[in-house]
Parts: sequence; C-alpha cells; structure tokens
Amino acid sequence: MAFFSRLILSSKLSSSRFHRLGENLASVGPRANQSLLSQSASYQQSTRNISSSSVEDEFFRSLPRAKYGGRHTVTLLPGLGIGPELSQSVKQLFRVKGVPIIFEEVTINPAAEGMEEMNNAITSIRRNGVCLKGNVETRSLNPAVISRNVTLRNTLDLFVSTYHCLSYPGVKARHQDVNVVIVRQNTDGEYAMKEHEAIPGVVECLKVMTKPNAERLARFAFEYAKARRRKKITTVHKANIMKVSDGMFLEVAREMAKQYPDVEHDDMIIDNCCMQLVSNPHQFDVILTTNLYGSIIVNLIAGLIQGQGLLSGQNYSEQYAVFETATRNTGTDIAGKNIANPIAFLSASADMLYFLKLQEHANRLRKAINQVINVDKIHTRDIRGEAATSDVFSKIYEYM
Amino acid sequence: MAGAVGRLNLLKLTQNHVGSLTACAKPFGCASLGIEPTQQRRWESSAHLIKSLPKAKYGGRHTVTMLPGGGIGPELMSYVREVFRYAGVPVDFEEVPIDPSNDSNEDLEYAITSIRRNGAALKGNIETRSLSPNVISRNVAIRNELDLFVNVLHCTSFPGIQSRHSDVDIVVVRQNTEGEYAMMEHESVPGVVECLKVVTRANSDRVARFAFDYAKRHGRKKVTTIHKANIMKSSDGLFLAVCREVAKDYPDIQHDDMIIDNCCMQLVSNPHQFDVMVMPNLYGSIVSNVICGLIGGAGLLSGRNYGYEYAVFEPGTRNTGSAIAGKNIANPISMMNSAADLLHHLQLENHSVWLREAIDKTINVDKIHTPDLGGQATSMDVIKNIITFMQAKTKSSTFTERIEFRQASVI
Repeated sequence: MAFFSRLILSSKLSSSRFHRLGENLASVGPRANQSLLSQSASYQQSTRNISSSSVEDEFFRSLPRAKYGGRHTVTLLPGLGIGPELSQSVKQLFRVKGVPIIFEEVTINPAAEGMEEMNNAITSIRRNGVCLKGNVETRSLNPAVISRNVTLRNTLDLFVSTYHCLSYPGVKARHQDVNVVIVRQNTDGEYAMKEHEAIPGVVECLKVMTKPNAERLARFAFEYAKARRRKKITTVHKANIMKVSDGMFLEVAREMAKQYPDVEHDDMIIDNCCMQLVSNPHQFDVILTTNLYGSIIVNLIAGLIQGQGLLSGQNYSEQYAVFETATRNTGTDIAGKNIANPIAFLSASADMLYFLKLQEHANRLRKAINQVINVDKIHTRDIRGEAATSDVFSKIYEYM
Repeated sequence: MAGAVGRLNLLKLTQNHVGSLTACAKPFGCASLGIEPTQQRRWESSAHLIKSLPKAKYGGRHTVTMLPGGGIGPELMSYVREVFRYAGVPVDFEEVPIDPSNDSNEDLEYAITSIRRNGAALKGNIETRSLSPNVISRNVAIRNELDLFVNVLHCTSFPGIQSRHSDVDIVVVRQNTEGEYAMMEHESVPGVVECLKVVTRANSDRVARFAFDYAKRHGRKKVTTIHKANIMKSSDGLFLAVCREVAKDYPDIQHDDMIIDNCCMQLVSNPHQFDVMVMPNLYGSIVSNVICGLIGGAGLLSGRNYGYEYAVFEPGTRNTGSAIAGKNIANPISMMNSAADLLHHLQLENHSVWLREAIDKTINVDKIHTPDLGGQATSMDVIKNIITFMQAKTKSSTFTERIEFRQASVI
C-alpha cells in the first residue's frame, strides 16, 4: 500500500509550470519540424534536440547540479555486454575533444543479489542529476530480485521515456522517412513486477495503472507535441479488453487533449497499431502509450528503419534524466568483437549534451554522426555494412 | 464415440488428419483455472488427437453455427452462403445474431448453446458496445465458455500480392483463454487500477503440446516461444519453463525462445527465421497483427480456435471493419479462408481443396484485389470469381473421386 500512496502523493505537478513551459517553448525556431531529406548540416539540426535544452530546462528543476569549475559530472553505468567498451570509447572521445564532462563510473555486478551496488548507482544519479547508461543485466534467477533497470526507473521515478525514431537517409531500410516520437510510460503498468503464485500452477501478475502517472504522462506528451510543433498524438491502448486499466489511461489522454486544441488526438488499439506501423508508419506522429506496448512499438519501429543500433532513448523524471539506447539490448553475443554499432550510445551522449546545455559540443557530435552515417556511410554489421566499431569511432574523432 | 468410426477409417484419420483436438470423453466446461486432473492421461499418446466426427450431421448435411457479428461480418457471411450454395456444399448454417448494444447476455448464451450442439462455428467479430466494465467482451466470453484454448494462425504470403517480404510461412500458436484476457480488474484505491494477468501451468502445457504436435505432424523444424520473462518472471517465466519441458518430449524439433520486443524487431527485418511460434494471449494478438501487416493486410488470413470439443473459425485479425461495412469493398478472402478451414474440419475435403484453389487463383493468378490490397475490385467481383471456379469444379468432378490430401496447400 505504501507503494500506491507514494505514487498518488508524489506527483502534484502544477499546471502553471506547464503553461510557463509552453510560453518559453513558443520561441522554438522554425526548423523544429523540417523535412528529413537533406543530408546537409541542416538535416541533423532539423528535428533532433534543437530545443530539447529549453524543454527540459523549463519542465524540470533547473539543472545541472553537479557543475564544478565549469565541468559537469555525469554518472556513467556501463552495464554489460557492449556497454563497457562503448562507454570507454565515449569517455575517451569526450576527453580528447574537450567536452567538459567528468564521468563518474559505477559498475554493477550482475550476479550479485544485494542492493548495495544499485544503491550506490542511484545515490550517484541523485547527486549528479544526469546519467548515461548501458543495459544493466540482472543475472539472478531468483524472482525476488527484480530487474535492476526496472529498479532504477522506479526508484528515481523516471516516469516517462521518449524515443525519437527518425530514419537516417543513409541507411537502407524498407521504410524511409519515418519520423515518429514515442512517449512511453516508464514506471507503471506491466512492469510493476508484482507477481505471485496463488495456487500451485496458477500465477497472477498484477498490472498497476495509476491516474496521477497517466495524467503527468499525458501532460508531458501534449506539452512535448506543442513545443516541437507536432500535429497529432495517437494513444495506443487495449481498452477493449482491459477496460478499466487501459480505459482509464485512454480517458485521461482524451481529457488532456481537450486542453490542447491545436494538437489532434486519436487512439488506436495496439494490435491494429502494430499492423499499421508495419504497412504505413508515416501515419503516426507522436505515440502515447503504456509501458509494455511502448517497448514493443519502439522495437518494431527500430526494426522497420534498421535502427536497433542507431536510436537512443531519454528517460525523464521531475529531477533526473537518464539517457540510454532505445532498444535496451545488452548485446552479449557481440561484446568484445568490435562489431557493435556505437551510434546509439553516441546519440544518447549527444542527447545528454543538449540536456546539459552544451549546445556547441552537442552540435559537433551530431554533425559528426550525420557525416559518418549518411554521407560516408560507414556502417557496422547490423546495418549491413562492413565497418568495425573502431572505424566508426575514428571517423567520429576526425569529424568532431 | 470411437466405436462409431470403423477401424480403417480411424487409421486413415490418424495418418492424414490434422484438425481439431476433439477427444472421446471430456469433463464438461473445464474453463476453470488450473484444475484439470483428467488432463494427465490425455497427453500420453497422440491418440488423443484423433478427431471424432462433428456432431450435427443429419441426412448427410452438417449444421454449423454462424455468428455474423458486426461491421463487415453480415455481408461476408452472406458471401459464404452464396459460395456454399453454388458449390453444393452440404452445410446448413444456423445463424445467431448478437445485438451489440444489448447488455443482457441472452443472445450470447443462445449462441454458445448452439455451438455446443453443432460442434463447429463460423464467426465474424462480435461487437460489445456496452461501456460498462461488468459486461465482458463477447468474443472473450465465447472463447472462455467453450474452452477454445488455442488459436492457430497460419500465415503464408500470397505470391500475387506485393509486400515487402515474400515467402513468409509462419504458424502462430496462441493461448486463447487466459493471460491478459482474464478480464479481472479492479480499482483498489481511487486512482489506482490493478489488472490481473493469469497464467496457469495446465493451460500453458496444453498449448505447448499442441504447438509441438502440430509442428511434428506438419514437418515443421522449429518452435519459438515468445515471452517477456525478463520482466514478468513468474508468469511468463512459468510459460517459458513449461514450453521447455514439453520440448524435451520432442527431441526432433528445435526449440528456442525470444523476448517479444526483440521478436517484433526480428519479424520486421527477417521473418523467415521463424517457423512455429507459441506464445501467451496478448503477444499472440500483437504478433499476428504484425505478420498480417507484413503479408499484405488484415483481409487475408483466417484464424482457427480449437478446444477439446469445439472449433470456431474466424478471420485471423479480429477486426470488425465498421468503417467499410456495407460499401462492398471489404476483403472477403479472410472469411473464405475460414470457410475452407471449416470444410476441412468437417472432412469435406473435396470442397475444401476446391475453395482453396479458387482463392489461390483469384488472388494470385487473376489478381482480383480489393482496395485494401491496392486493387480496384469490389467484394462481389472476388466472390463471383470464386463461385465461377467452384461451379466449374463441381460440375466436372464426381464425388467419389479421391482427392489427394495436399498437406502444404491446405493447411
């Protein structure tokens, strides 16, 4: 019960803060929703993070906290699989290129069952405010030990996760010019991790949805759409079957839509949404959805645009921000072989730099990524190229 | 029941037939959770897979329940009647309309009784327009009451339809009664809603066994379990553990597993790596729709719901299609495929094969495509083409001809 009462009491975001957010974001430049076809510098500026600094600046408490002597301190959770090698490379890159960031690295032993290391990581993020994260594995088979990624999200109350799924023109995929933003609930829903065996052989799993979480998620989505000049939000749900839980989510979204008459709102059932995504992903603009469906949709779109190694995701709470790759894969089988695609991690780092208002460095990094992927087409194996991770990094070094 | 079928016929059935899992004796109404003591003996041999004859066969004609549902359902059902009439199929339909806005369950109960009596049904998507959470979805009610515990969707590409992936051939075996569709929700504290997802060992076991049996009988090489056991460790973990246990009984068939997120991604990039997929309810719904999207649309595939005693056939993606109802543009192929499945279930092999050939010819050779497939034809054009073909076939062949059971094309 404490869990529930905490949820209800914790989120009392005033709408005045949102309105202030809206005013400040009205000054978003005209390039916010430019078309993606040009491969020049304007491409990478067009839709990625041009105003993310001002979005987050107003939306959350002013950050960053840990800024000493002009250098920010950021927590780094390498995780497992390809995480450590990519984190080291990014650390090196930032050091060489003079990006004013100090990484505080926290390693977490996957087999350990205690919460000590996890608590260290969480304390570190609380102190620094920002985190760059790989996929933290939880190798314990004991169902009492819940997934560490989930623990992190729940403890820090990272209630929303956004993914901007933008096609890279230089990557061959079955669908081109996809530009979909996914706003996904990150703490509620199926990931509540409350299960029990009622009778031997019968397992019940609780999916918990709360109204405050749904409200702040909807509000975030609409403010985001308004700020980035997005035209339409589609709520994806399964309210025909889960009438009360997804029904509540849908109702909250509809109520919120009335307060934002400029942004169109409709809804779709998850089954149909998946089918539509596969046939015609261009009909979607912003997708607002719950935890599990969001996970499925992100991976689906990543598959459509060959983006599993390219897309990055941002997790926000009211005070913290955690940046990671969109598809949350550990990549254990490609670890250490120098074939992993580092772009997702680099993209997450660029997101982080925008968040920390280091525009210049962020722009440099984005330009470099753009150059490498779209112009020089140095593709790793997952996007059907031949390059190695180190090749990609050396080119990024060159261009930054 | 077994005595009614001659020995030779029985042998032929075991060799050839793949259909439903009607068994000889079955405790009545075992939709309850996990309490299935008589199930243990069922899985000891594949004898339980012998299909007993459908129940309502009088004077050589079968009676089948027809549930038109809402949206495009009624018009598609009328097409089925037309085709059956022209082809001389010895099937009578007992139509049971269900009023969507009516809160009481009378119609629904009558429908269920009718299916119990007839043993087989052809169904559209039934709308439940009631907003009250006490009235559960009628489709779900039918599945739960009749214990139609597995849904099979055989997804094959049509060569005549342009899609981004060709030669897709995946069988989706999906748990049909429990999981997220248990429909048990409540508001524990104002503003906090809890929804129960129930997974039982018994149900998971029989779905897994069905999948492996199916794979074995159809010469399939691999079964993939789709789950999310990294997050839902106990529930999907149980499902996965049960699938792995069952896999040990079938050493010839490869078994692996994949998380639903990764599965969607793989399906979209490379669907040819999948063969048979077995999964709980919600993921099955999502995966079916993804594959339908890959193949070319919701209007093509048919889904089969099997229980121990009943079989219900319906279009694969359970769409009502209210927006296109009455406009003569709905794609009737999914209902035609369901009808062909029904004919196969009723052992009317000749008609089943001819209907499939008719569909094949219409879509792939004559390329009469409705607007959802990118063509210009109306539903009636498609149906007329099928009828022409069926008429020609029924006139030219005699009923005593033996038709070779073409495994690959029929199922």
